[in-house]
Amino acid sequence: MMDGGKGFEDAQTGEQKIRNFNINFGPQHPAAHGVLRLVLELDGEIVERCDPHIGLLHRGTEKLMESRTYLQNLPYFDRLDYVAPMNQEHAWCLAIERLTGTEVPRRASLIRVLYSEIGRVLNHLLNVTTQAMDVGALTPPLWGFEEREKLMIFYERACGARLHAAYFRPGGVHQDLPDALLDDIEEWANHFPNVLDDIDGLLTENRIFKQRNVDIGVVTEEDIQKWGFSGVMVRGSGLAWDLRRAQPYECYDEFEFQIPVGKNGDCFDRYLVRMEEMRQSTSIIKQAIAKLRVEGGDVLARGKITPPKRGDMKTNMESLIHHFKLYTEGFHVPEGEVYAAVEAPKGEFGVYLKADGSNKPYRAKLRAPGYLHLQAMDHIASGHQLADVAAIIGTMDVVFGEIDR
Amino acid sequence: MSEALKELGALLELKKSDAVLGWDVTYGELNVDVAPSQLVAFVEFLKTDQSCQFSSLVDITSVDYPGRAKRFDVVYHFLSMYQNHRIRLRVSIREEEMVPSIIEVHPSANWFEREVFDMFGILFSGHPDLRRILTDYGFRGYPLRKDFPTTGYTEVRYDEAQKRVVYEPVKLVQEYRQFDFMSPWEGAEYILPGDDKAAAK
Repeated sequence: MMDGGKGFEDAQTGEQKIRNFNINFGPQHPAAHGVLRLVLELDGEIVERCDPHIGLLHRGTEKLMESRTYLQNLPYFDRLDYVAPMNQEHAWCLAIERLTGTEVPRRASLIRVLYSEIGRVLNHLLNVTTQAMDVGALTPPLWGFEEREKLMIFYERACGARLHAAYFRPGGVHQDLPDALLDDIEEWANHFPNVLDDIDGLLTENRIFKQRNVDIGVVTEEDIQKWGFSGVMVRGSGLAWDLRRAQPYECYDEFEFQIPVGKNGDCFDRYLVRMEEMRQSTSIIKQAIAKLRVEGGDVLARGKITPPKRGDMKTNMESLIHHFKLYTEGFHVPEGEVYAAVEAPKGEFGVYLKADGSNKPYRAKLRAPGYLHLQAMDHIASGHQLADVAAIIGTMDVVFGEIDR
Repeated sequence: MSEALKELGALLELKKSDAVLGWDVTYGELNVDVAPSQLVAFVEFLKTDQSCQFSSLVDITSVDYPGRAKRFDVVYHFLSMYQNHRIRLRVSIREEEMVPSIIEVHPSANWFEREVFDMFGILFSGHPDLRRILTDYGFRGYPLRKDFPTTGYTEVRYDEAQKRVVYEPVKLVQEYRQFDFMSPWEGAEYILPGDDKAAAK
């Protein structure tokens, strides 16, 4: 090129030589939310084409699941979307319960709702505040993570683990909640809206935050259908679609909650929807606690797919045998196929389970909402500035545990 | 709910008799077996018909049955947010057969079809960019086929001398432990430890 041997080139040819510029965004980038590698083709600062390379966190979960029993597979679900682990387990339990025809006891059902909503708050807190960090705000994550820490302690007090809970089991939940835990969750739920108000005060009317988010990454109703969006990506664009309301599972139909919707479908509306969903979830948490206080009873549907009570095992030979067989051979699920979906914080998380009557799933497909959202990245991000890519990835709410599986 | 699905199944069979090979409603879900050649037209019909309106594609996956002549079932899930119902389509194909891509109807099928290709080696005709998606760059084999070992064939490590990541054949320090806890009374398909007479049979 400019080796000096060819003399000077004039400005015209220099102009013509401007090519589009390809850059790698990630896999090690703080705004890539994990291990996303985007190959971006840039025309100046405008994104022309965006090719996401995924699979850097692929662990072959679906293959591994085929050689493990149904119960051994449950902890894999915590490791999918590790931001809200219990919501994933829920889909797996629902699929097994549909095939085996298990009726979940009411108390277990309420506990599941309670912890699903805690999961939703966990997820939205992380998403809203780190997205704010992607666009330049440093304080929100610090405030948000403080609340997340409290919620993780509630996780820990219910099941012993902060993240990888393995708490929802086919037929109910693993253990009952102590009363003191319910009191503490309620106290937290009373206080939490103040924290939301604080974050709200920091972000919602913030000039920089609005400049970075308003009218960025607009999603229309047509896009939703074309690209198969779900969750907040749908609700941010004005469609009141929520599986908790549209196709109720567990006992969501007896809870009072509103479905917030956005108007413009841009990043800012998705932020607002998430903020409001946290308030609604807090209200569901309070309702669930009130119901749990009056609802006693067992938390597992005692039967073939659940362990016997500890006391029975010590007095009853059959229970002991059952316990041993359950945790070695595992339970058998009748032949058939189901698709069970839950409204996970990120959208519709589904499990397609094909059972062949043995103690292991013949095939399990995990349908992650983030997979479809990220797929539309090329469509949404094209024509935006490079800096907007970070904002869009942030409000798409991608987590690589579930996308790469 | 399942009454409405039965009506829908009957309607589909009536209107698209050339595509629908069979249908059933089990576990409250509508399953339709579709002929591979009619797939795109059928999906298009599902999307546009007023009583169906299956406008969002939920999932595409596949199930491997090594024992069958038509080895793979490609499974499609669709959802209608307007009519609030779901449908599952099953397309059975032979190992060497191709499936028509539905990208023209549902652009969201792109990555799903790439994933099915990556995991099962099923080719989709008309797909613009059928690359591997989840596995490593330069990966060989189709991991979710039943004849692919869970351990895979290659392993990677960082080589201190060459200063780069090297690929090597898998070396297991102990045999891969595929526990089978099926009761010996219910047809375990292996020789029980200490059962010397089993081989003689």
